[in-house]
Amino acid sequence: MRVRRLAAWTALPLAVTLGLVACGSGGGGSGGTDPNAAVRIEIAEPQHLVPTNTNETSGSQVLAALFSPLIGYDDASQAYEVAAESVTSEDNITWTIQLKDGYTFHNGEPVTADNYIDAWNYGAYAPNGQATSYFFEKIAGYEDLQGDTPAAQTLSGLEKVDDLTFTVTLSTPYSGFRTMLGYNAFYPLPKAAFSEPGVLDEGYEQAPIGQGPFQMKGTWQHDARVEVERYDAFPGEQPKVAGVEFRIYQQPAAAYADVLSDNLDVIKVIPTESLSTAPTDLGDRFQTSPGSSFQFLSFPTYQEEFSNPDVRTAISMAIDREEITTAIFKDSQTPARSFISPVVAGYRENTIGDAGTFDPAKAKALYQSAGGPSQIEISYNGDGGHKDWVDATCNQLRANLDVACVGNAEPKFSDLLTKVKAEQPVGLFRMGWSMDYPSMENYLGPLYSSTGSSNFYGYSNPEFDKLVAEGSAAASEEEAIAKYQQAEEVLAEDMPVIPLRYGQNVFGHSTKVTNVELDLFNRVDLLKIEAVQ
Amino acid sequence: MVRFILRRLLQMVLAFFGTTLIVYALMFAGQGDPIQALAGERPVTDAQRAYLTEKFHLDRTGIDGFFYRYFDYIRNLLRGDLGESLTGRQIGDILAAAWPVTIKLALIAMTVTVLVGVTAGVLAGIRRASVFDNSTLLLTLVVLAVPTIVLAPIAQYLLGVRWQLFPPTAGADPDFYALLLPGIVLGSLSLATALRLTRTSVAENLRADYVRTARSKGLVKRRIVGIHVLRNSLIPVVTFLGVELGNLMGGAIITEGVFNIPGVGFNLFRAIRTEDGPLVVGIVSVLVVVYLIANLVVDVLYAVLDPRIRYE
Repeated sequence: MRVRRLAAWTALPLAVTLGLVACGSGGGGSGGTDPNAAVRIEIAEPQHLVPTNTNETSGSQVLAALFSPLIGYDDASQAYEVAAESVTSEDNITWTIQLKDGYTFHNGEPVTADNYIDAWNYGAYAPNGQATSYFFEKIAGYEDLQGDTPAAQTLSGLEKVDDLTFTVTLSTPYSGFRTMLGYNAFYPLPKAAFSEPGVLDEGYEQAPIGQGPFQMKGTWQHDARVEVERYDAFPGEQPKVAGVEFRIYQQPAAAYADVLSDNLDVIKVIPTESLSTAPTDLGDRFQTSPGSSFQFLSFPTYQEEFSNPDVRTAISMAIDREEITTAIFKDSQTPARSFISPVVAGYRENTIGDAGTFDPAKAKALYQSAGGPSQIEISYNGDGGHKDWVDATCNQLRANLDVACVGNAEPKFSDLLTKVKAEQPVGLFRMGWSMDYPSMENYLGPLYSSTGSSNFYGYSNPEFDKLVAEGSAAASEEEAIAKYQQAEEVLAEDMPVIPLRYGQNVFGHSTKVTNVELDLFNRVDLLKIEAVQ
Repeated sequence: MVRFILRRLLQMVLAFFGTTLIVYALMFAGQGDPIQALAGERPVTDAQRAYLTEKFHLDRTGIDGFFYRYFDYIRNLLRGDLGESLTGRQIGDILAAAWPVTIKLALIAMTVTVLVGVTAGVLAGIRRASVFDNSTLLLTLVVLAVPTIVLAPIAQYLLGVRWQLFPPTAGADPDFYALLLPGIVLGSLSLATALRLTRTSVAENLRADYVRTARSKGLVKRRIVGIHVLRNSLIPVVTFLGVELGNLMGGAIITEGVFNIPGVGFNLFRAIRTEDGPLVVGIVSVLVVVYLIANLVVDVLYAVLDPRIRYE
């Protein structure tokens, strides 16, 4: 009797719940798309929503809705004009940027050359502490804006011609400048963003005003969401949805659970632990597309035992890349045998040649004749899911080179970098790189040039530096690529790092959206996505 | 009683400053490179590094630097300014947004614990060695053995994704229903403990002399259990629940992460990951206050439950 009563008490709420769920899942036909619906896209909490202070994917995704870039990239990663009418230069020093007419900010202000000049000056001025300030370093006068008390407030290289035209003078010729303009640091800012010239209004970031296809709906709800709605006065291609809710998640696993139950429309990165079940969970809503990320192992070239390129080549040869991408990454990443991502113009397959061909016997002979160390350590950051492949790589080195090999986890990447910068013996260490704009220079410059911002391994080769500089100064993009390719050949001989894998976008979406495409920067294409009716 | 509470409140002030000092010292000692931690794997520009270093006095290191930064922090704290996080948000604002949802979650967990745990515990205590008693013992054993980090994703997958009984995540401003599943998951551990504690306590008191006396006086069973046994049995349970309330508020890091609830635990997790010292210290300071108050309430409740206890 008692049991029965208990059962009744449990059954009642269950029945009510089921009833509610049944109501919830009712409706929803098939077929057409709904231009008046909003879609929900997962992001992490952005660090900032000021164009010149945003260098992470989540912020960049929101800004891509609010702003329209000067330059976009087509499927072949070639640059084409979006908000710009033309970007031209005869000598690769003085660039003339002509803006398209008809663009207005969401508060009604027409977009003029001043808006670009003001925004770029703000970004380059060191005391503003902007995260992307180095994007302006090629512009003449950048040096005068650096230091604690800069000599100037504005870049001497920016000059207004008329309301829709301005010129940019670079300090050295750079053929890739037009390509670079697609990055979010080069968005314009309205007059309303500044409380006085050169001072950003404190509230601007909470509801950024842009000139893009969407405008803010309310303010940035920290840790919760950023909502945007279609801006009807946008003169370019109109989006096919009425709005987007960027919903903020701290853990991808939570977002994945929401996509599975249609509570969220797009997850941009499927969590690693769900990679093996995702194809069955989502069916054809599990998708991949090319991405620009590049994973590699770097050598602390300041350490004596790794200073011989033959040692580095032998280690590269002893790694079976295919085995790791298949067994551990379930083919969500592909083996890398070049220093440049395949999505960039100028990429050639297998530029490292023999060093990329798995050959244990040859590797061992080379390693022993070059006097490689009998102990190898591979350091990685323990918070990024790298343990599995590092351990697998160690196992391969142990078996193929007959050395002792251990993986060493540092809590965070910053802890790893602190040790590397102090030149402590960390052994090999993992790194990753994603491009900011599709150019070979964006891989070669920061990673391998002597002064590169991410060259933490102390690699320095004057010949390489010279070739990259010549490439940047070349008269045309073709000539530039030829120089960059020569530079890559220098790298292949020196092997300062071992290319391991190229990443892809591995994403999924709910049953409520269609035409979901991710670009090379892991951003959802907001002009293409559609809501299912 | 009033003197007792006053004395405890004064002790709380000392305890508060003591713990902030310790937490600040721990964060200070464990700090690597917070600016790089914020940027993740991307390079940090010189301009950004100089700006943040100056703003947060990150160049002041060593013992001197520690006391300089700590007293600077306390000075601002006394003015009611908790400071700014490394991403430039007011920590006061972050906490104001995070607390309501965490309190809601903790209250749901607490209600579940009290309603289910204490009730089932009393029943199990009265009917010792019955089927009900044995099955609750077995069930609580399972719950106690499974850590939240396993329980939460499993509950989310089965009840949220597979059978769709609950929304899989709660989000930023959830309704009661969305918080129910995370609340139950969060409360399950304390529920199991509370149940076992109540059961033992009730079973023991049922054999006490005063119960035999009451029964021989001819009191009805409902009155014996409802008034005499329950009141005496609840003393250890209330102690446990008081401490648990503090745990529920601060210990929701895993649950809040799995169910995407931007509460205190969620922010604490992020603050620790990005080495955001000011934010960690801010959150922990408030948690300390919560613990202290919960303990005070427990002490006062003793006197209500047990007339023999009097505070001078």
